[in-house]
Amino acid sequence: MAPPLRQVSVRGALAAHGRPQPDLLKAVPALTLAVFLAPIVAGLLGTLLPAFGYLPALGGTEIGLDPWRRLLLAPELPAALRLTLTSGLGASVASVVIVIAFCAAAHGTRLFRTLERLLAPLLAIPHAAVAIGLAFLLAPSGWLVRLLSPWATGWTTPPDLATVQDPLGLALTVGLVVKEVPYLLLMTLAASGQVEVKESLAIARSLGYGSMTGWLKAVLPRLYPQIRLPIYAVIAYSLSVVDMALLLAPATPPPLAPLLLRWFNDPDLATRFCAAAGAILQLLIVIAAIAAWRGAEVVLGRLARVWIAGGGRGGSGQAIRIAAGGTILLLVVLALAALAANALWSVAERWRYPAILPTEWALARWQHHAGELGALVWTTAALGATAALCALGLTLGCLENEQRHGLHVSNRGLWLIYTPLLVPQMSFLFGLQVLLVGAGLDGGWIGLVWSHLLFVLPYVFLSLADPFRRLDERYARSARCLGASSNRVFWRIKLPMLRRPVLAAFAVGFAVSAAQYLPTLFAGAGRFATLTTEAVGLAAGADRRVIGLYALVQSLLPLLPFVLAVPVPRVRRLGRPAQALR
Amino acid sequence: MRRISALMLLAASTVARPVSADTATTPLDWPQTVAAARGQTVYFNAWGGSERINDYIAWVGERVAADFGITLKQVKLADTADAVARVLAEKTAGKSSGGSVDLIWINGENFASMKAQALLFGPFAEALPNNRLVDTAAKPTTRIDFTVPTDGLESPWGMAQIVFLYDTARVTQPPRDMAQFLAWATAHPGRFTYPAPPDFTGSTFLKQALYGLVADRAALQQPATDGNFDAATAPLWEWLDRLHPLLWRGGHTFPQNDQAQRQLLDDGEIDISLSFNPGEASSAIAQGLLPPTVRTYVLDGGTIGNTHFVAIPFDATAKEAAMVVADFLLSPEAQLRKQDPSLWGDPTVLAMDKLDPADRAKFTALPLGVATLSPAELGPVLLEPHPSWMTRLEAEWRRRYAK
Repeated sequence: MAPPLRQVSVRGALAAHGRPQPDLLKAVPALTLAVFLAPIVAGLLGTLLPAFGYLPALGGTEIGLDPWRRLLLAPELPAALRLTLTSGLGASVASVVIVIAFCAAAHGTRLFRTLERLLAPLLAIPHAAVAIGLAFLLAPSGWLVRLLSPWATGWTTPPDLATVQDPLGLALTVGLVVKEVPYLLLMTLAASGQVEVKESLAIARSLGYGSMTGWLKAVLPRLYPQIRLPIYAVIAYSLSVVDMALLLAPATPPPLAPLLLRWFNDPDLATRFCAAAGAILQLLIVIAAIAAWRGAEVVLGRLARVWIAGGGRGGSGQAIRIAAGGTILLLVVLALAALAANALWSVAERWRYPAILPTEWALARWQHHAGELGALVWTTAALGATAALCALGLTLGCLENEQRHGLHVSNRGLWLIYTPLLVPQMSFLFGLQVLLVGAGLDGGWIGLVWSHLLFVLPYVFLSLADPFRRLDERYARSARCLGASSNRVFWRIKLPMLRRPVLAAFAVGFAVSAAQYLPTLFAGAGRFATLTTEAVGLAAGADRRVIGLYALVQSLLPLLPFVLAVPVPRVRRLGRPAQALR
Repeated sequence: MRRISALMLLAASTVARPVSADTATTPLDWPQTVAAARGQTVYFNAWGGSERINDYIAWVGERVAADFGITLKQVKLADTADAVARVLAEKTAGKSSGGSVDLIWINGENFASMKAQALLFGPFAEALPNNRLVDTAAKPTTRIDFTVPTDGLESPWGMAQIVFLYDTARVTQPPRDMAQFLAWATAHPGRFTYPAPPDFTGSTFLKQALYGLVADRAALQQPATDGNFDAATAPLWEWLDRLHPLLWRGGHTFPQNDQAQRQLLDDGEIDISLSFNPGEASSAIAQGLLPPTVRTYVLDGGTIGNTHFVAIPFDATAKEAAMVVADFLLSPEAQLRKQDPSLWGDPTVLAMDKLDPADRAKFTALPLGVATLSPAELGPVLLEPHPSWMTRLEAEWRRRYAK
């Protein structure tokens, strides 16, 4: 696997000193930002105008505050906001605490490495598929109750308990935590590469700090800035999630995001003005929540400094190790059980309460849908691969440009890359759709890939940026000294050495694309059916057998690239192990 | 292509402009329409939540491909409003042709809304050859959609009437009027619910309850006003206030739609459900979605009925082919298959006495389905109240119960 340094020949040396080439590379960062920001700015504008009453297609030609008046008078609003904030912030806090506690208490243990291995695939399972499985798992007539009924509980009919769609939104919070913890944990692992974890811990240990306290005091303060943006993305996502909320949150009233979707879909088209105002409100809430989190960071940081300076050595952290490890294990089990429930439903004919397993089985559904699934898998895979490849190209171009010109990406640059993840989808998708229609790109492959790229690119960039920047530059320098051109160094040295993180970033991008629902619907103009659009469409019909089938295939397809990406051997001898995902 | 579309628009509108019951004649240019339709692709935006309906539409696709050389593609929507939103975005972007939606499955509020915003092509419906078979006399809702005249902007597809579903294994005497519902729920707390308005089945349940509780039923055909709404609906809110604590989950949350409620019935979380399709129970039993012991019934004094339609957006790309498909959907062959309870079980919009004897015999020979009521048992159809009642009922329901 090692890149053949010997082959960097005289020919390469000549090429390196040959004619100067126009530097296309320099255009890549600008291109990337254009790809990113143009649609979001246009999209936000397309929402902002109706929010103040301007949408000529619906006869709105005067700017005014009427949509806001209607929004603030909506009877559902107070409860919807409360539900959004409790479930969204609750899930964010819980996910961050679980991840930090687990990293602090269990780093370096075998449990840690095992779970680490399980988590990447969990990341690939779409939110909707997890939510569909969880809804069946947790329902009063669901799997968990069936395991205990009626022999232990005495419930011959399902109890009238709100275990899903509960008024407090706890089921939604659990669902979010199941999906956000793997993401945060992987981002933390990736960031660990930028901080000298082992060295810091060795020093802390030599000074007598307990393993957990040492991690919290010596590693976390330097690690946290690296995972700040991913945490903000989790906050934004949790506050604006649609698909999980539809399945796990109560419906009267729902959290803000499903409420907005209902308003955007209201047959009375005038409700759109109010919905647009609501979408802007949602954006403001996300901004406020992130600002509040930032404030809390400052306060906690001050307090922590006192705590760190206090010099307490702390104990072994055994109890927290068990608690945090147990929680993560529980989350993994929940996700796998959800997946298993979907798989069982896909081969069930009849499966009523209180049967623990289906009472009648059938493969008919698989046969019936085989042809259609084939076409859907093809579209989903082609779209995911195209979007992921475009994202890889742009990302590698940006990173290579940065390295060649000795640039340092500021935090502001990172913020820009994160914009599509921080701005709630609903607040710019309608405007984006108008932009695409205006440009004649809606319903076409280009518009569709572009809309996916908005969400794929940030994840690909984040997966790849760190391994790329951390590649020991002495390899490149040696190759240059042997006469290789920058391009040759890139293709023959850097890329082969980065094969694993590149493949992993591709897998992440593919999974992100495969899970997109609203962007596919809005930009695809209904011309492109993917596994996800089809699964959500069928979910409206509440036939668990069909939903289970589609949710299962929808989960398996994005897993494939992960499975294929894993066996590529690490380039051990040449570089530090790639840190993007493992 | 664009020229032909414009021509067709003109032709269809001149032919169908005088909208009255007796002018449903075949337009002179139908063969031309069929010729123009050949080779076109129709994107049929239809709710995609039902496997059997999707299968039915796939069959329609095979038939129009064979007969007319039309490619039919179903865009499976989670919500019809997604397609309305897309047409709206196209209008916002200044598009007037080459739109992405060719045919849309629609009725009620979505239709009223698209009609009011001039988002629809036509009139075309009464110019379709098979339109003459439609039972406009006995099924007035084929021309008046939620009291809004269709004006030829949508073509009828199927009939709907509210029926209630119950499991005979658990319930022997289901409630047949609003007073009995309250008594039944008192005796069986937590075993009934209804979809949350503004889901159309949920909103229809409110209107159905209003019919059962209002003093003057005739008033519901007139617009609701600030003057008459409060007095007319006071008994309804009083009834709901008493009913809600006795519902599933204490009336704090409601299923999203009738399909979700059917799942609750199958799960045994509730004992009574409702549907807008009289054949729903039979076909769900046939598909293994409900136990074979489920039966349907209607309320004393009748239940609300309506019609569902297909319409063509103003900027549709394949208007000719969309019209040919709409016409095929009205053919006795397609309507017969649609009514077959083992395939879909959706009642026909056609008049039996307008069919030729062979077709009529096929309809008569159709099995009813194990849980489906005969037309006589279905009883009188109540007309949809004026849409202003629904709008106000939904708003007031939101104010009272959606907090």
